[in-house]
Amino acid sequence: MKTNTESLMAQSDRRLLSGREYRGASRIDGPLVYMRNTHPVGFGELVEVVTPDGARRSGQVLDTSDEVVVVQVFEGTDSLTLPGTGMRFMGEPLTLPVSEQMLGRVMNGLGKSRDGSGTIHGFAERDVNGVPINPTAREYPRDFIQTGISVIDGMTTLIQGQKLPIFSGNGLDHNQLAAQIARQAKVRGSEGDFCIVFAAMGVKHDVARFFTNSFEESGVLDNVALFLSLADDPSIERTITPKTALTLAEHLAFDKGKQVLVIMTDMTNYCESLREIGTMRGEIPSRKGYPGYLYSNLAEIYERSGKITGKSGSITQLPILSMPNDDISHPVPDLTGYITEGQIVFERGMQARGIYPPINCLPSLSRLMKDGIGEGMTREDHPHLANQLFASYSHVKDVQNLASVIGEEELTTLDQQYLEFGNFFEKRFVNQGFDEDRSIEQTLDLGWDALGKLPSEELQRLSDEEIAEHYGR
Amino acid sequence: MKERIIGRVKRVNGPVLIVKDITNAMMMEMVRIGEQQLVGEVVKLYDGLATVQVYEDATGICPGDNVYGSGMSLSVELAPGLIGTIYDGIQRPLEKLMEASGAFISRGLSYDAVDHGKQWEFTPVVEAGTIVYAGMVIATVEETSRVQHRIIIPPQYQEATLSEIVPAGSYTVDEVIATLVLPDGKQQKITMVQKWPIRIPRPVASRLALKQPLVTGLRVIDTLFPLAKGGTVAIPGGFGTGKTMTQHSIAQWCDADIIVYIGCGERGNEMTDVLREFPLLVDPRTGQSLMERTILIANTSNMPVSAREASIYTGITMAEYYRDQGYHVAIMADSTSRWAEALRELSGRMEEMPAEEGFPAYLPTRIAQFYERAGFMRNLSGSDGSVSIIGAVSPPGGDFSEPVTQHTKRFVRCFWGLDRQLASSRHYPAISWLDSYSEYLGDVTQWWNDHSDGSWYENRLRIMDLLQKEVRLQQIVKLVGPDALPDTQNFILEVCSLFKTAFLQQNAFDEVDRFCSVEKQVKMLAVILAYYEKGMEAINKGVPMVKIRRLRAVQEMARMRLTVKGDELDKIDKIQLRLERSIDQIGGIYEN
Ligand SMILES: Nc1ncnc2c1ncn2[C@@H]1O[C@H](COP(=O)(O)OP(=O)(O)O)[C@@H](O)[C@H]1O
Ligand SMILES: [Mg+2]
Repeated sequence: MKTNTESLMAQSDRRLLSGREYRGASRIDGPLVYMRNTHPVGFGELVEVVTPDGARRSGQVLDTSDEVVVVQVFEGTDSLTLPGTGMRFMGEPLTLPVSEQMLGRVMNGLGKSRDGSGTIHGFAERDVNGVPINPTAREYPRDFIQTGISVIDGMTTLIQGQKLPIFSGNGLDHNQLAAQIARQAKVRGSEGDFCIVFAAMGVKHDVARFFTNSFEESGVLDNVALFLSLADDPSIERTITPKTALTLAEHLAFDKGKQVLVIMTDMTNYCESLREIGTMRGEIPSRKGYPGYLYSNLAEIYERSGKITGKSGSITQLPILSMPNDDISHPVPDLTGYITEGQIVFERGMQARGIYPPINCLPSLSRLMKDGIGEGMTREDHPHLANQLFASYSHVKDVQNLASVIGEEELTTLDQQYLEFGNFFEKRFVNQGFDEDRSIEQTLDLGWDALGKLPSEELQRLSDEEIAEHYGR
Repeated sequence: MKERIIGRVKRVNGPVLIVKDITNAMMMEMVRIGEQQLVGEVVKLYDGLATVQVYEDATGICPGDNVYGSGMSLSVELAPGLIGTIYDGIQRPLEKLMEASGAFISRGLSYDAVDHGKQWEFTPVVEAGTIVYAGMVIATVEETSRVQHRIIIPPQYQEATLSEIVPAGSYTVDEVIATLVLPDGKQQKITMVQKWPIRIPRPVASRLALKQPLVTGLRVIDTLFPLAKGGTVAIPGGFGTGKTMTQHSIAQWCDADIIVYIGCGERGNEMTDVLREFPLLVDPRTGQSLMERTILIANTSNMPVSAREASIYTGITMAEYYRDQGYHVAIMADSTSRWAEALRELSGRMEEMPAEEGFPAYLPTRIAQFYERAGFMRNLSGSDGSVSIIGAVSPPGGDFSEPVTQHTKRFVRCFWGLDRQLASSRHYPAISWLDSYSEYLGDVTQWWNDHSDGSWYENRLRIMDLLQKEVRLQQIVKLVGPDALPDTQNFILEVCSLFKTAFLQQNAFDEVDRFCSVEKQVKMLAVILAYYEKGMEAINKGVPMVKIRRLRAVQEMARMRLTVKGDELDKIDKIQLRLERSIDQIGGIYEN
């Protein structure tokens, strides 16, 4: 193999030059700083930005050419000046030093301490942007997580290693639900080494406090790493927060063998920050001004979950996002739904009727449920029962529509039975307390109680044997 | 591959590079970038500059880095050993990448697509001295227990004399197995490997008319909206409506000889699922493992975007290669929208003028070119083979008026529209019987007549007619309630509702239901139509509808898809008999 001396020299030059400080930016635009006359800088390199008063911030190269390097500064460009801004290009990609000691700590979106209890020591350096998992190395997730919440366990079962987002709206109880899941989630029959990584993007201080309190009350705070980039922190920091959080999660799951639950809220804020940068760079937008690469970008986050053959840990993601205007076809929920392994959809009307959690199970889905339920995992009647509940409940919706036109009295007896079933299903099966932790057996039995409101001929998704065993008991 | 420097990096904008000081780069040339040797492709040449698309994560690429030319277009390797393998978008075997770099994919790796050390049992089928021509089969190799690989003369050699061919025995794909004497007298040595540029369709002798259906085992497809072998179909649907499940089911049960499954920008676990499940599944027709006929390509959503754009072509080129050997190949692309979005992203980074919704103006051309590579062909060798394309489309917000769905619709002849409402009420497959269509009905009727009792076309029309009537009746019911309709009309609603649960719905997770033979489909439809005929007669005699729908035989009909196994179809005849008898019985009571 013939080597090219010139290029080798360029490489070693670059290594020597990395770390050298340049002063004087040519342009500052939102979170972006443009710098000319540098040595050749690699795409995606880590940048240390030095503010006029000598403080240090982190950045990353977004675009690089002979003439100019474009750097996004994660902690924002407040108080930077053109002549006073310094930059050191580190010659390596953005990495995060990670360790188990991050559990129990509160950090900012870049993994730096924000709890006042000193610097955070990391040992292993991991690429913050992550590296794709080889599909042949994945292990298909199939372990049922009992959340103790009937509508989830029964209808949209959560599986260890799944990415299952909550599609919510402003003012709905998604935080309560996420906290309840974090508190109650367990894989039955295994005492897994369990921990939580929590990432907050652009949420208010009281939301962060709500979660901290809730973790504290349930005594798990020592097992939680919090990455907070709150509403009054620079918006650009949100674009790195979920990645930082997942970098730690990967270390805990795949180096340390832990079962990691990652809660990320609110993904809509993350996407808005991306949109800001895209617009700033004059990129051609796709829907609603969001960048065309939003799908790939979100996928790089959501796909960092799952299980790997030969490793005992897992990453389960529970992203929370608010649907602007409660619109599920908005690009953020839409693209999310195309990537994640299902979705849990909140409905405002249900919350108004006093139902908690206000989950409408019809648009909700757990794609990994099929392999995690049934005999030996939950109970053998579970698959057909869930199917039947879906089918019957969807008929309830039709009957309700009809009833609103012709009046309930005009309905056939059968349709009235459906209404009664629907009522029971929402008020008794779906509805439960913040602290109510139901076993899967309780959940399934409640499902059968609901079906008891319907004549047995209507239960075509269930086998005769299942009906004989469970119906009307 | 560091011999030929074609230029130096000038600018890096994600997966798109501008390269300067261009010497002798070729359009579409495959290149390697920098010391890491990342794979790329030249997509534009202008003013001493080139635009290069990088097929791997571009992190670390630096202005000034060398770009090395390969002298070759981005090509795939075609040889025994493709089947049963999982590749990334540029045909690197993922298992090998895993051996080299563990669970996470490193960059700059390169591997042969097939194992060059493996010995294959080679059997020549022609003798030295034969005049051979492009596409002609000169030998066979048992690639898997199911697929006989036919070694063909590469298309670039129009005609030649086979001066030597090795005797039967074990050879690796690198060994010379034949020598050609070309018309100009030059000698050309041949191995079992061919290279073919992915963006160029492999040549055929001619296109033939489509006549056979691609039997999928899915009732709503085979009976209502059939696809022909060599045909094209789009499956659009919002997330969670069943695109992937439908594609998986077809990949599992359809009667193609070879399956090429492209996971294009979708979930990692779905590919894992295929990898885990296919080897365990048994083909109902041959009794062999389904992996023995399947090639997988995975460019999951978190893998590099430009390789996503290439993955579609990588897949179709392999499909064409097996077609050239005389096979029927079905190719599934899940999802073509991700491919179109990759085009959009790359085009945006190249700062091209966008047309609709940011997509480049050449989007429709590219879509057309892709679907045109399907067809039922007379191969160069004289054999027949086909490539059928089944493309999933993921419209943003589930709205079919967006550009990718709309343009795709122009170039496919079959459309299986997935319906969000059906999916949320767990009516699977959620293929809408109102929005979907197939332009292959006429093409495949003869086949159906030859392979069943000749009732298909007629019965299909009858049930479609009932479904149309149902829509109008439902509108009335929504206004005034079902009681306002006479029983004769309510019975239409009843039959349609039964048809939906008993026939259209098909549970992909049920051992019995997931595959339905043509014979079973014909019988199931017949018994449902018999129910309609008989029931209507009885109602006209005054029998109340409730009496009929409560019959035991009707309950049995509702579950026959789950209870009647493929080899006990006479059970459906018995249900029909019982049904007719019991309706006659009640009818008898009311007659007097
Ligand atoms: N034929 C089917 N039988 C049973 N379940 C199905 C079927 N089709 C779809 N589903 C259910 O719908 C879910 C989503 O289907 P999928 O094909 O992944 O949707 P898409 O690819 O359109 O997002 C699956 O996880 C499965 O639970
Ligand atoms: Mg899919």
